[in-house]
Amino acid sequence: MSQSAEKRPRAIRIPLGERIFYHVDAVLLIFLCVLILIPLIHVLAGSFSDGMSYMGHSGLLFWPLNPTLDAYRAVIRNQNIWTGYVNTLFIVVVGTLLNMLFTLVAAYVLSRKNYMLKRIFTILVVFSMYFSGGMIPFFLVVKGVGLYKSTWALIIPSLVNVFNLIIMRTAMTGVPDSLEESAQLDGAGHLTILFTIITPLILPSVAVVGLYYAVSHWNSWFNAMLFIKERRKYPLQLVLREILILSDTDEDYTMSETIKFATIVVATVPILTVYPFIQKYFVKGVMVGAVKG
Amino acid sequence: MSAIPHPGRNKAAVPHKMSLGKRIRRDFQKHWTLYLLFLPVLAYFLIFKYAPMAGLAISFQNYKAAKGIQGSQWVGFMHFRNFFNDPYLPRLLRNTVTIALSTLIFSFPMPILLALLINELRSKALSRTVQTISYIPHFISTVVVCGIIRGLVDRTGGVTMLLHALFGMPVTNMLYEPSYFVPIYIVSDIWSNIGWNSIVYLSALTAIDQELYEAARVDGANKWHQIIHVTIPCLVPTIIIMFILKVGKVFDVGYEKVMLLYTPLTYETADVINTYVYRRGFGGGAGETVNLSYSTAVGFFNSVVCFMLVYFTNKLTQKMGGNSLW
Repeated sequence: MSQSAEKRPRAIRIPLGERIFYHVDAVLLIFLCVLILIPLIHVLAGSFSDGMSYMGHSGLLFWPLNPTLDAYRAVIRNQNIWTGYVNTLFIVVVGTLLNMLFTLVAAYVLSRKNYMLKRIFTILVVFSMYFSGGMIPFFLVVKGVGLYKSTWALIIPSLVNVFNLIIMRTAMTGVPDSLEESAQLDGAGHLTILFTIITPLILPSVAVVGLYYAVSHWNSWFNAMLFIKERRKYPLQLVLREILILSDTDEDYTMSETIKFATIVVATVPILTVYPFIQKYFVKGVMVGAVKG
Repeated sequence: MSAIPHPGRNKAAVPHKMSLGKRIRRDFQKHWTLYLLFLPVLAYFLIFKYAPMAGLAISFQNYKAAKGIQGSQWVGFMHFRNFFNDPYLPRLLRNTVTIALSTLIFSFPMPILLALLINELRSKALSRTVQTISYIPHFISTVVVCGIIRGLVDRTGGVTMLLHALFGMPVTNMLYEPSYFVPIYIVSDIWSNIGWNSIVYLSALTAIDQELYEAARVDGANKWHQIIHVTIPCLVPTIIIMFILKVGKVFDVGYEKVMLLYTPLTYETADVINTYVYRRGFGGGAGETVNLSYSTAVGFFNSVVCFMLVYFTNKLTQKMGGNSLW
């Protein structure tokens, strides 16, 4: 209460230049938001447009031309999109679970104290963030361990992301030692301490890192292009690449563009509907990562 | 300080009197469950991070898949010499450096600017709305972003038409024009990341002590002075960290997007080291033979350059202001 009473008289004293500044600032940012949204509105409007009308049109769309659901019907007919969805769902769920298991264990070990190999483990892990064998040796190794043409090639070779590991380790270092020490006295083993004491205490960081992994699985297409050769195993992004980048569809030529738009909507709306709910966790995670720096 | 009994001191003092072998045995006896726990993680790092580094050896060979690393013939630095004489080398270096520097110059400062602008907003609701909208593109996958770009800049695309109407630029498919490649790449990069990358700066801005502004105001500083003399200096440490992280990435990542956007017509400005590695390793380039060893050598060169860049940027910023990653 007293705060707002304090603020009010000062608000009146804002100099003219500053007032103009605030208005210009707001206008600039609103303009920026419009710029960011225009491509998305164009896609959305295009996806509901009639194929023939779209072909005769040029420039940005803000409203569908001769609105129709034809493009969506074609997308629903496209079996590849649905198998892609199922494959991606599997990779996201199973992949993220394994990511989390490995990352939690690795972060736990790296956040312990007083064991001889700690420094060596840490250097080993961090160095791999800055130097890599590159594309071809990585490909040969994955092929060499027998993962070529397998969905697991999209999960196992990317089990631990070092950046995520560092976020997790930082969070674990913040947990007071006394908690684990008392658990240790009660005879709890490492796994019990990790999963029943530490993990519940750093749940926000766990959620954030989990979301990072999930989104990176969802977005990834390059490794799939290298390793997956059978159509029925394609993840969604690889199917999208065929449709959007290589313009490969069986449908009527006149509808090719509107089908692309509908495909984009079908492939993007699910993640965008979840997004407002997870946004605050993401934001928190970026901050956790920043604190490390 | 020394009067307070330190619980760890006695424990730490004892092992130093023991021989190394005994210390190792002691350590293992005490921590073997911890080491057992780390074993799968260690195996992962050795197989998928370090085995590929060892695999760089094939860049000194004429690697034949049928013969394996042990059976293939060693050729020394031949592939590196060939790469330094590769007619495409100047083009690859020029494009890689152009795209990387453009990213650092144009994409990197944008989120800082956005964070400063959002920070100065008076309306909480508007601030939240701007943040939510600006984060949206981050959640759209690279493949989809490139699909959208393709539609927007083709002959009848919205951006092509807009540029034609505003500046009288020719109506063509902009992705087939070498001179447009880098601008398309950079603008779409800004679109994708401006909001998301601003988060870290926004959080740094909210951490600034409000008393600094009070003090500045008492000294008669106006809004502009406050931004220049309080806000920006407080942001500098964050900016430096983000810059070091970015330097390592820009020379390496981004090739996924290049691969989704370029065509042989735009290789002149779009082909970067990593896309060349891909084509020479897996095929796809007209008139370019597939050669795993050569491709690995090119990739090796790239990895070393990236590593040195991160290292020296880190050293440099350490010297300048004491902010560094390590």
